[in-house]
Amino acid sequence: MNMTNAAIAEKGVGALDVKISSKGVDVYYADNHAIKNVSLDVLDHTVTAFIGPSGCGKSTFLRCLNRMNDTIDICRVTGDILLDGDDIYAKSVDPVQLRAKVGIVFQKPNPFPKSIYDNVAYGPKIHGLVADKADLDEVVEKSLRRAAIWNEVKDRLDSPGTGLSGGQQQRLCIARAIATAPQVLLMDEPCSALDPIATAQIEELIDELRSNYSVVIVTHSMQQAARVSQKTAFFHLGEVVEYGDTNTLFTNPEDKRTQDYITGRFG
Amino acid sequence: MLSFAVLMIFASSLVFFIAGRAKAVQSVNGAYATLHSRPSYHGMYSSLWALLVGMLLLLVVSVVWSNLNDRVLMGAVLDAAPDISKIDAELVLSDAKSIAQGNIASKTDALRSTLAQQASAIEGQRLWGSVIISILGALFAGLLTNRQIDRDFRARNRSEKLVTGVLMVCAIIAILTTIGIVLSLIFETLRFFNQIEWQWWKFLFGTTWSPLSGVHDGVLDADKVGAAPLFVGTFMITIIAMIVAVPIGLFAAIYLSDFASPRVRLWAKPMLEILAGIPTVVYGFFAAITVAPYIRGFGESIGLSVASESALAAGVVMGIMIIPFISSLSDDVINAVPQSLRDGSYGLGATKAETIRQVVLPAALPGIVSAILLGVSRAVGETMIVVMAAGQGANLTANPLEAVTTVTVQIVMLITGDTEASTAAGPAFTLGFTLFCVTLGLNVIALKVVRKYREQYD
Ligand SMILES: Nc1ncnc2c1ncn2[C@@H]1O[C@H](COP(=O)(O)OP(=O)(O)OP(=O)(O)O)[C@@H](O)[C@H]1O
Ligand SMILES: [Mg+2]
Repeated sequence: MNMTNAAIAEKGVGALDVKISSKGVDVYYADNHAIKNVSLDVLDHTVTAFIGPSGCGKSTFLRCLNRMNDTIDICRVTGDILLDGDDIYAKSVDPVQLRAKVGIVFQKPNPFPKSIYDNVAYGPKIHGLVADKADLDEVVEKSLRRAAIWNEVKDRLDSPGTGLSGGQQQRLCIARAIATAPQVLLMDEPCSALDPIATAQIEELIDELRSNYSVVIVTHSMQQAARVSQKTAFFHLGEVVEYGDTNTLFTNPEDKRTQDYITGRFG
Repeated sequence: MLSFAVLMIFASSLVFFIAGRAKAVQSVNGAYATLHSRPSYHGMYSSLWALLVGMLLLLVVSVVWSNLNDRVLMGAVLDAAPDISKIDAELVLSDAKSIAQGNIASKTDALRSTLAQQASAIEGQRLWGSVIISILGALFAGLLTNRQIDRDFRARNRSEKLVTGVLMVCAIIAILTTIGIVLSLIFETLRFFNQIEWQWWKFLFGTTWSPLSGVHDGVLDADKVGAAPLFVGTFMITIIAMIVAVPIGLFAAIYLSDFASPRVRLWAKPMLEILAGIPTVVYGFFAAITVAPYIRGFGESIGLSVASESALAAGVVMGIMIIPFISSLSDDVINAVPQSLRDGSYGLGATKAETIRQVVLPAALPGIVSAILLGVSRAVGETMIVVMAAGQGANLTANPLEAVTTVTVQIVMLITGDTEASTAAGPAFTLGFTLFCVTLGLNVIALKVVRKYREQYD
């Protein structure tokens, strides 16, 4: 792992491979034009942050990246989104396989009405990632540990996941997502219900995930974006106003609107 | 006449509403804010009282008075013909009433005509009396409450209490009716068991069902009231019905909620619900005339002997009848599973089938179980289809190709048969009570199951 980290550091952010590339993406909810002509490349081994005021389309764009918008009848996506160079909206692509590669943690925690254990074991089981029960136990424990919730639930793995507190549910959903070992992890405000300690632990997890995966995170906290991400995109009214290195964007924004937003002059 | 009274009571109640409201406004010279309750509450309080008192008086007075009248007339009959039998006296009385109302009586004679005159006289008194009393009562109640209105009068709290009271009375009526029915079932059942000298096991486990064979000698033969064949028949038909209804209903529900396009759903769901609206008689003759002969023909073609009335035919058709209950209810509960759960599963790369089997169905399970148990109680209590298609002979068999009979069929036979109702009532009520216990048990189990899963899931 240290090797990889060193390799990343050597290569520098700019030299990394493009993992997901989007060109001219438009999204409509019936007549509502929610995403307008967005082109944006998500790099491998990088944490990309989406920031922007509420309702500007961050979640919508995030959901496009693993075709979760397919489940919304009125939603229409145009433009190209490529994962490792292949169009994910092509007819031949099976969204099921795509989502196994591009995992997502939703804005609202949605644990299944199953035990905590079964919630985490769900993904590995359906994808046949584990050989036996012992393997599964290990994956579940590891995922829960990495999502910083193991200590809270280790004595009640059999009790329902829906019985946890909001913040615990959020971490359970993170554990559930990383248990399937996706190549890209999309996280929609993963820390919105967490206390500072749990937030710090999740940020640590995100940083650690970077060594193997590409992570996209939506957040309303500038500090969080600045802490965990290498790239930041600022969304405003369905457009990407500015996209670039996090450091540059926060210290030296090109656009007036970005500057106003990060300095808190509008929301 | 009575409708005139009802109208008047409503009118006065309306008047008191307006008057009460006006008085409340007047009492504070238009400064509403200083009123304890809004003016319409004052109006409502007064008008509710007028309405309640008026209606109650109308009901009570006219019923009581009518009883009194009957007594007076009966007295007159007995005076005129002291040694008349009770039944004849009642006949005379009802004839006299018919004549008084201008209808045709079974017979006319002097006694009946004089009685008729008397009847129409006191009937007129009764009508006028109850109308006047009830309208006066309404006015009195309205005026009395209207006088109470002033700034500090707690009209809102009082009228809310009044409404609560009315609602409670309605609830109590429903509950009392239930209790009454259950009690009458229990008493008739006890009477029946008393007649067979408390050999209840002969009823539950006996295999010969011919309860009326001894009625001419006025005895119930405890050896001939074995209802086991009925229970077995009911059970078998229910099982067949559920084998048909549960898979089809459930799969239809899954298709409708998760696979059908909105357009298909739009017409498919009402179609299914129409199936639920078909009267069971129609299913009954469908079973008897179409399905049963077909099954028999098919059975014979492969060398099986099938009775023309078979448990299979009745069960299959009953299953078809139950499909919409199960599919419609299950569809509702499956739809109620939040989209976010499905999204969660899809987001982990699950297929639609995996999502439905492992996330949606478990989440909807309590509702599905109760839908199924509801279907079972319908199957157990269903009458028309089995009367027509399952047969009447009480033979104990486990072969679905033979004719069987069910509890409900035998109740129908007992009550609609030639035997006097009071004699046939014992076995019929006892069967009814057994049925009631089974259905109650099923409902209790359904509730338990639902609660257990609730605890696990919420
Ligand atoms: N399921 C939907 N159906 C219709 N319109 C939707 C749906 N989801 C989002 N929208 C619309 O798309 C626009 C963008 O919404 P989106 O959820 O992407 O915002 P967001 O940036 O994630 O906001 P927040 O920070 O509050 O989560 C909004 O105008 C919203 O009304
Ligand atoms: Mg959002």
